[in-house]
Amino acid sequence: MVSRKANGFSGVKRELAKYLLFTLCVLLAPFAFLDSYLLNVLVFVGIHTMLAIALNLLLGYAGQISLGHAAFFGLGAYLSGVLTTTYSWNPWLTMLVAAVVVGGMAFAIGFPILKLKGHYLAMATLGLGIIIFIVFNEWVEVTSGPSGFSGIPNLQLGQLVFDSDLKNYYLVWCFVLGCVLLSVNLANSRIGRALRAIHDAEVAARVVGVNARLLKVQIFALSAMISAIAGSLYAHVMTFIAPPSFGFNISVELLTMVVIGGLGSIYGSFLGALLLTLLPEFLRFMHDYDIVFYGGLLMVMTIFMPGGLVQGIPDLFRKLLNLRKGKGGNHA
Amino acid sequence: MLDLQGITQIFGGVTALNDVSFTIRSNEITGVIGPNGAGKTTLFNIVTGIYQQTSGRVLFEGVDISGIPAERLASLGMVRTFQNIELFGKMTVLENVMVGLHSRSSSGLFACSFKLPWVLKEERRIHDEAMEWLRFTGIDELADVTAANLPFGKGRMLEIARAMACQPRMMLMDEPAAGLNSQETLGLAELIRRIRDRGVTVVLVEHDMELVMDICDRIVVLNLGQKLAEGTPREIQENHEVIAAYLGDDD
Amino acid sequence: MELGTQLLQYLLSGLSTGAIYALIGIGFSIIYNATGIINFAQGEFVMLGGMLTLFLLSVLQLPLWIAIPLAVLLAALVGLLFERLAIRPLRKASPISLVIITIGGAILIRGLAMLIWGKDTHSLPSFSGDEPIMLAGATLLPQHLWILGITLLLIGLNKWFFSHTTSGKAMRACSYNPRAAGLVGIDVRRMVLLSFVISAAMGALAGIIVAPLTMTAYDVGIMLGLKGFCAAIIGGMSSGLSTVIGGLILGVLESLGAGLISSGYKDAIAFVILLLILFLRPQGLFGKPESERV
Repeated sequence: MVSRKANGFSGVKRELAKYLLFTLCVLLAPFAFLDSYLLNVLVFVGIHTMLAIALNLLLGYAGQISLGHAAFFGLGAYLSGVLTTTYSWNPWLTMLVAAVVVGGMAFAIGFPILKLKGHYLAMATLGLGIIIFIVFNEWVEVTSGPSGFSGIPNLQLGQLVFDSDLKNYYLVWCFVLGCVLLSVNLANSRIGRALRAIHDAEVAARVVGVNARLLKVQIFALSAMISAIAGSLYAHVMTFIAPPSFGFNISVELLTMVVIGGLGSIYGSFLGALLLTLLPEFLRFMHDYDIVFYGGLLMVMTIFMPGGLVQGIPDLFRKLLNLRKGKGGNHA
Repeated sequence: MLDLQGITQIFGGVTALNDVSFTIRSNEITGVIGPNGAGKTTLFNIVTGIYQQTSGRVLFEGVDISGIPAERLASLGMVRTFQNIELFGKMTVLENVMVGLHSRSSSGLFACSFKLPWVLKEERRIHDEAMEWLRFTGIDELADVTAANLPFGKGRMLEIARAMACQPRMMLMDEPAAGLNSQETLGLAELIRRIRDRGVTVVLVEHDMELVMDICDRIVVLNLGQKLAEGTPREIQENHEVIAAYLGDDD
Repeated sequence: MELGTQLLQYLLSGLSTGAIYALIGIGFSIIYNATGIINFAQGEFVMLGGMLTLFLLSVLQLPLWIAIPLAVLLAALVGLLFERLAIRPLRKASPISLVIITIGGAILIRGLAMLIWGKDTHSLPSFSGDEPIMLAGATLLPQHLWILGITLLLIGLNKWFFSHTTSGKAMRACSYNPRAAGLVGIDVRRMVLLSFVISAAMGALAGIIVAPLTMTAYDVGIMLGLKGFCAAIIGGMSSGLSTVIGGLILGVLESLGAGLISSGYKDAIAFVILLLILFLRPQGLFGKPESERV
């Protein structure tokens, strides 16, 4: 877990500065990559960032494992896609509906499922994710099954239709920036502290009045809601969705992103999402090696860098600097 | 203030507590002592809502609190500390105490995410009050230290500061002197007296006889799951049954 | 086929798959009881059994009765490596880290299998031919009998090992109280290693005996592993009869569901059962509720 200096007001200024810098980079990035293909990839980095942050709130802060998060992503995508296409609802409305419905479902199932701990919770969420995935595949009348669901319209604001990479980039990243802001606020607040307390010593947290049960379920629901919104965005950006995008493999990818970035670090989730979305693009030959890569990466990171890159890289620098000092400063 | 009536606790085939009854008076420091295995921690866990007793009632200020979960007891005015201090290791000392103020603050998920104006005011208040409690227990210089890095004695102080932040009317302490050296124990005794002087009723489970005899107004003795005796320190010291129960017992 | 015979058919094939789930479930339980860890990679050992046997048969041209034990041995070796490289370094880590690393290991093994053997499904030859046997109107294949027979044998061996050998009793001691076990001279770390080796071997064998019926590929591990876990949960994580019953119940329910309701949703049945048990009776159908000690 990344530890920061406590909530002194210099801390607040630092968080603000980080956020402004991040926003600036996000807003300016397209100008460096007007090359359309990379821009397209960056749209997905955005979607993955939202998903990774959603999972991080649950896993990194509250300490609850979910191996089925891709299901919430998929539910948001299918709800939004089907309602817009088959029933001609307004796309923005379907996004709202997806968020509320999926959030509500997660809230309801959260109570029984979060009574479980550790491995059992992992298995239960895994099972839940697979059940939902099977429904995507089998309920052909609604979802068009394994061959996927197409014809989803783009989102539009008045006359502005989000149909190009550049427009989708800003659309998605607006949502991401909002998500980052809300998450950072939450993490540094009373609720964020309560979540981390639950993670560290649940019994002690309860004893001082933290309603652990309710809070875990609330975060689970929030996490599902964010994932559903990401799903809705995905559906309208891609205009086509298919079950493989929402299966167990994706849940594992999201987990890897969060672990690599650093459990409990919001910006770390961005880093993880960035890395794991870009890498396959740059290492095209890696296509068959991707599974081995993820597995190996998860294992290596867990053993050698449990705090993720956000902690590991600064640590590495520090170690290198100390080595240099130890050598009597021979190197300039 | 706290009334235990006929508390019995059976785990599988073991009767940990058998028909234990006594009353804790407010604004006093009461000690619960007894040889190992007497059932003291079990009793604690029942009173603080972690276990559910097999039979019997626990009345707190006249209200039956059996079955009320631990998190609600804090807002009813009861808080406890643990034998193996349960700190939020990855958070700083200050943050630990700020969590203690959770039941006395109210910003919810929505308000915190959007940083609504009253949230900022509340954060300020939480911050300042937490610092006060750190000063109360003498560890305010350690405010930014990660809790897991604290030496044991300071960790104990932190746990107490966090518990006091709940502004309880009753504080139950499970072996607070465990792991403390004699100087730290003296500091603890003085702290507990100050807590009592603030109007908090203190109940402690302890093995350290010097501490118990020094600061307790009343003592309850448990042995093998039953109440053996009850009275002032002097009375307990002269009680033959108590002495017999402790013969050969290491402190 | 009239309903009675149909039901019998479903029952028989359900018992046979159930036996496989039972074996995999016992593998989970052995590791869980010795270490408190749920080994997400268990399904991959099952996959390795089938794939390794196939490899030994086709590439090295070994006869079946050599290929099978050799494959089991190799899988056990993988189990050993897995424990050494992934589990041992993390003995003191949080449950989250342990879950993540066993998932990572599972994915790694699966990925390597894909690289080495490709993505195709293959079938293993049946052990003794494909002549169907008629039983009251329902059809049974010789492979079904092999499955039931070997399962019974393994369960018997299991029982004998845990009740009558020193190592077995030592492992049980570790599961009840590792500290105390260590104090009386049991090498807990060796027991942990042993538990992984045994589970890997059992899983591999399970994979081998079912492969002739259900085909094998690099990714069969996921589903089989999960369903085996489900069997273990129903049985309350016991490494004995309860898990066997759990597996059989699961297999039969799945088979009946697939036949009578819908075959597309067949896999979902196991997971719905899993969730129901975890929600309503996490200690399994036969276990006693646990209370948390503070």
